[in-house]
Amino acid sequence: MDLTHTAQEEDFRAEARAWLRAHVPAEPLPSLETEEGFAAHRAWEAELAADRWSVVSWPERYGGRGADVFRWLVFEEEYYAAGAPGRVSQNGINLLAPTLFDHAAEEQRARVLPSMATGEVVWAQAWSEPEAGSDLAALSSRAVRTPGGWLLYGQKTWSSRAAFADRAFGIFRTDPAADRPHRGLTYLMFDLRAPGVTVRPVGRLDGKPAFAELFLDEVFVPDEDVIGAPGQGWRIAMSTTGNERGLTLRSPGRFLAAAERLVRLWRATGEDRGLRDRVADAVIGARAYQLFTAAGASRFAAGATIGAESSLNKVFWSEYDIALHETALDLLGGEWAESGAGGWSDGEWADGAWAEGFLFSLAGPIYAGTNEIQRDIIAERLLGLPKGRR
Amino acid sequence: MRFRLTDEQRDFGRSLDALLTAADTPAAIRSWGAGDPGRGLALWARLAEAGVFALAVPQAYEGAGAGSVEVAVALTELGRHGVPGPAVETVAASALLTELARRGEADPAERLLPGIASGETVTTLAIPASTATSTSTPSPGAGGTSGTSGTTPGTPSARLRAGAASGTPPPRPGAGGTSASPAPRGFGPRPGRGEAVDSTAYALDADVAGLTLVVAGDELRIARGHGPVRVSADPARRFARPGGGELLAAGPAVVAAAEHAARWAMLATAAQSLGVGLTLLDRTVAYAKQRTQFGTAIGSFQAVKHRLADTLIGLEFARPLLFGAALTFESTDLAAAKVGAGEAAYAAARTALQIHGAVGYTEELDLSLWLRKARPLRDAWGTPSRCRALVLGAS
Repeated sequence: MDLTHTAQEEDFRAEARAWLRAHVPAEPLPSLETEEGFAAHRAWEAELAADRWSVVSWPERYGGRGADVFRWLVFEEEYYAAGAPGRVSQNGINLLAPTLFDHAAEEQRARVLPSMATGEVVWAQAWSEPEAGSDLAALSSRAVRTPGGWLLYGQKTWSSRAAFADRAFGIFRTDPAADRPHRGLTYLMFDLRAPGVTVRPVGRLDGKPAFAELFLDEVFVPDEDVIGAPGQGWRIAMSTTGNERGLTLRSPGRFLAAAERLVRLWRATGEDRGLRDRVADAVIGARAYQLFTAAGASRFAAGATIGAESSLNKVFWSEYDIALHETALDLLGGEWAESGAGGWSDGEWADGAWAEGFLFSLAGPIYAGTNEIQRDIIAERLLGLPKGRR
Repeated sequence: MRFRLTDEQRDFGRSLDALLTAADTPAAIRSWGAGDPGRGLALWARLAEAGVFALAVPQAYEGAGAGSVEVAVALTELGRHGVPGPAVETVAASALLTELARRGEADPAERLLPGIASGETVTTLAIPASTATSTSTPSPGAGGTSGTSGTTPGTPSARLRAGAASGTPPPRPGAGGTSASPAPRGFGPRPGRGEAVDSTAYALDADVAGLTLVVAGDELRIARGHGPVRVSADPARRFARPGGGELLAAGPAVVAAAEHAARWAMLATAAQSLGVGLTLLDRTVAYAKQRTQFGTAIGSFQAVKHRLADTLIGLEFARPLLFGAALTFESTDLAAAKVGAGEAAYAAARTALQIHGAVGYTEELDLSLWLRKARPLRDAWGTPSRCRALVLGAS
């Protein structure tokens, strides 16, 4: 048993740290959930990509460095410790790309991945529908066969950053006569600016407009943009959710950096004795998450796959994130509500960043599969409890 | 990085599990609590044969000189099976004597460690909160500087260790800051509620132990007798307040060695907590699958499922904290593991009781043997509050 990094991993860390020190913007970028911020973050993706830092774990031919999971973890630690901007391409990188690596032909990967790596094409997820949330298999948007491809009809919703993104990926019903709801679904990619697509931004709880609903009326998708075989969409989508909840969606580096900021805030606000235990719990939680991920990465490196245990991960980090931000707001006292804009400045977070982070954290138990669904998965697949009515 | 148990470590855990599964541990726990330790001591003899009490004893003193990871593996199994007796205190006493030898006082180690390692001498330990208050002692046992200390890093155990990085605190010379982190303090096992702590600390199972070591001030003594025994909230955890007897050593080395012992006690207690929590969850899941109400297994209800899911999350995130602490042996990590495992096991106990319902509140159900351990273990050898302070480097 061993927790140390190799000399090569430490070299990699030093290289990443040096690059980040030289390139991370001194002033925070505007929120990536706004039109202006989205553009600024897209430019940041290009800057990362120019030196092959945007997708370090991908093969070199798509713009990556072929880094293994341990080097990926090292990079993420450095990235968040440096206070680098949020990743506007995260849905593509964390959700679509793993699907393509698992299920796409080389031609399709070569067509989609390089422009994702540079931020030239930013992807949105089009899964949820008004009547299909946790019960995703109840979705009713259709894809109807047409010469050379498919025509999309229906409505998708709660699509993060779809208001500004270029393309989307989602699942559609292609065989309405299939005997079970999760059969007869097909996974495909489409252009958000194609004729027949209407994008309606939806204001979020945090006041940002980047959420959107999508109305699709006879939107043409060529055959080459279907992922895997038609009718296999559910199976393919579920392999994506494993990635989403597993190692990739929230890296330990993010929470280690947040916990360190919280300790600094606690010290700067006078080491409130009454809040001390909660600050300590944030430190303990970040360490637990780091070590849990290290154990998962070690199993992964030994050939295991990420399965239902990724649901443990998702519930843990989403609740951890809220608790950490609640503690920060309590440390700030009643004044956080009036604090100004957030972001990183002079090597420290502005108070407003805690408020912004708090509002964002509230979404964690809902997106990427609600925590109720995750707990059902844990209970049924990891503990072997019987299925029941939801 | 290879943050998983080696095959040998896993096999060691499995062999202990098999040994303890074959033994009737609930009967041993019950008779131990009734003041009849015969069955429990027979179990200890089997564990001694399996090498459990030799783990933390250096090879120079007829031990296995295994690492902290092996100790964590073993104590997790002891917790899972509810093994009664001062296992944590035996590990801590071994560490204390070893550290004392490393600091130049080798006589007590030479005299006592072989008996501890062989299991011949059931050993317990009392370290009062008034001792070991220094927060500036560097992480001990982490330099491999002693020729006599087999538990220091780099001393291989041919039997249990596969890789060089396996289960010993890595040397961190001159790292300063967090590595020379404050040593834990204030951790003797706490007596039951309403019992004041006097100048002398309580020792677990001193009436059963053949050797009771007592630290008072800067003195280490072998206790003479054990005095009256008090039963705690867990009948199988029996405390006495032993009086000082023969002086073994005195001076700053004793204080430092006691601090070192307390760190091992934190690790071992965290491991035992994890094991207790795992069993509480296993038994409760099994019950929820077979208990029927409203015409269906209660384990199919979301309110039950989700509580069990949360229990698993707590335990599965405590496990890496435990083994991470075993590897780094830093105070912050040890304290984090103690909090994580202690809280997760206590939460598991609350869940286990609630889901079992009234039958869970009975002594006759074996679940009670684990239910009553979770809270005392959470508070022994470093309360959660004290450990959280350590995590933040506060004194």
